Amino acid sequence: MPNSNAAIHLEHVSRHYTMGETHVRAVDDVTLSVPGNEFLALLGSSGSGKSTLLNLIAGLDRPSAGSILANGQDLATLSSLELARYRRNTIGMIFQSFNLLPRMTLEENIELPLRLAEVERTDRGPRVREALQRVRLTHRVGHRPTELSGGEQQRVAIARALVNRPRILLADEPTGNLDSSTGEAILSLLRELQAQLGMTIVMVTHERPLAERFADRLATMGDGKLLATSVAKGQVQ
Amino acid sequence: MRARDLTDLALRNLREAMLRNALTTLGVAVGVASLVAMLSLGVGLQQLAAKRLSQSGLFDTIFVTPKNNFRGMGRPARDAAESNKPPRVLDDDARKELAALPNVMEVNPQVRFFTEVRFNNKPFATVVAGMPDSSKNSGSFDGMQGNFFSSPTADEAILQIEFAKDLSEDTRSLIGQGLVLRYAERQALASSGNGGAGGNETGEDSGGFSVVPKELRLKIVGIVETEPAAGYGGYGNARLLMPLQTASTLRAAQVNDLRDIVRDANAKKTTYASLSVRAKSPAQVETLEAAIKKMGFAAFSLLDASKSLQTFFSVFDSLLLIFGSLALAVATLGIVNTLVMAILERRREIGVLKALGAADSDVQQIFFVEAGVMGLCGGILGVSLGWLLGRAITFGTNVYLKRQNLNAIELSSVPLWLVGAALIFAIVVSLAAGMYPASRAAKLNPVDALRYE
Repeated sequence: MPNSNAAIHLEHVSRHYTMGETHVRAVDDVTLSVPGNEFLALLGSSGSGKSTLLNLIAGLDRPSAGSILANGQDLATLSSLELARYRRNTIGMIFQSFNLLPRMTLEENIELPLRLAEVERTDRGPRVREALQRVRLTHRVGHRPTELSGGEQQRVAIARALVNRPRILLADEPTGNLDSSTGEAILSLLRELQAQLGMTIVMVTHERPLAERFADRLATMGDGKLLATSVAKGQVQ
Repeated sequence: MRARDLTDLALRNLREAMLRNALTTLGVAVGVASLVAMLSLGVGLQQLAAKRLSQSGLFDTIFVTPKNNFRGMGRPARDAAESNKPPRVLDDDARKELAALPNVMEVNPQVRFFTEVRFNNKPFATVVAGMPDSSKNSGSFDGMQGNFFSSPTADEAILQIEFAKDLSEDTRSLIGQGLVLRYAERQALASSGNGGAGGNETGEDSGGFSVVPKELRLKIVGIVETEPAAGYGGYGNARLLMPLQTASTLRAAQVNDLRDIVRDANAKKTTYASLSVRAKSPAQVETLEAAIKKMGFAAFSLLDASKSLQTFFSVFDSLLLIFGSLALAVATLGIVNTLVMAILERRREIGVLKALGAADSDVQQIFFVEAGVMGLCGGILGVSLGWLLGRAITFGTNVYLKRQNLNAIELSSVPLWLVGAALIFAIVVSLAAGMYPASRAAKLNPVDALRYE
């Protein structure tokens, strides 16, 4: 039964696909609940299915079986347009390779979700400035992504993910392209923003020590299955 | 996404690959230019032909004759009741009645007679025709050597170029010189029955007339290439033209004079072999012709030929449209190619847009707008290029015509409807070309697109 406090609830979720003649079980019968305002780290080796699971929660992919409830919506029942609206209004995403549009300035990158959500032009400026202040990048206004360091680019990506005030933030290896101290700074920022804004974070990572330090709970995957969940050590102390 | 944001993103994307998109747009422009240039020539030629034909008076003129004039020319015999009625005579009453018909601009008699001209004491046989003052604007006198008649009653002559060459090798030197027109004047004979001349206009009495040789000195004022309405409504081409009013006062014997005497010895009225009735516009010729036939005259116009001309130009324009569209069809392949390339290059960006909440339709519309902008810019550039091309062809043609001592013509025409139609056509074709790439972009799987390096 789904937890009534859960921001995300996965019930026997599977994602199978065929590659040539091989049948791949990327996610295999995963049942998991993520309560509201929790910071969950999804751990596992490459190919364990954690990114696929994140894409399913993001509504970028559809499960082969099972159901996903996110913020009260059953993603399996949503149309393509409704899924797009869900991603726009409920979800914020950050990626390992930042995925900023290089020809746009950082404000334009941050403004992009506001354009998609058809926010009034007059409201966009203040919201972009607020997002920049939250990630402490106001001094970089007017710059393009290629003029920023990796850490700064990821902060821009976080600002872009948060500008539409999502209830759920999904992070796919957000520290994967950063050095350890910058990675720490980014996770520290995520934690800080979570406290300020009150949102659920699901982060896919390889880096168990960082996950232990910053996440509330760890979920470990292997061969598409959820192997174990545990409370992060940082929270135990 | 809102239209302004869509357009903004699309324009940004177009600017990103400026050279490639500019070349694609240029391709569309060349296609539209070829279409516009072709059609502008078609429209220009049609306008030129219509203007010339309209000015010539051929298409707004109805030639009226008494019904009996054309009998026995392979035409079916009229029914017995009709043939028992005497045919209606083309006299002054009939002329006034014709002039009173709605949409009639003018009614003129055809004065045309075969006679002799003396120039430098040498005789030259020719046909003389009277020209109404309105023929000045017929276009046939455009570019003539010298001038049109100074007044409708002037004793002046305009020579047809071939006749002028018979008179002198240096035709230009003829202008201002005089020639003598020798003609046969009708003079009334005293009637054996009632005695004395009747009261009719030309003075011929019902008893008939005698023919007296007369002379009139005419001043040559101009030389023209062809006679207006040559060979139509008369017998043979006139080679000497004089004002109609002057020609009418000569009372020169014409071919129908003998017939009139034989037909009705008691007639005291002037009769005409034929009258030309000019309508206010070619569109009114058909109804006017029917009205004249109803009055009991034979009427003939070149309306059918005008209709054939319209059909010819419709087919001609369609062919030009097809050939002009070929270049545009090739250009649309360029749009497809450019946008498909753009999808490959922006695959990851499309994935990011979808991850941020863009719907399939948002992505599709961005590509549509890009195709539409290329079509619009290509259309505007193409219409301008097509117009320039038409002007260049007109210029080149006129240079050639000038060398041949011919008058300049307006060969191409780009009316507003052509500008609008070309722009709409360019945009519609570009949007059609953008359909496949836009649909392909919209269907991209965001997970695959985000993984794309």
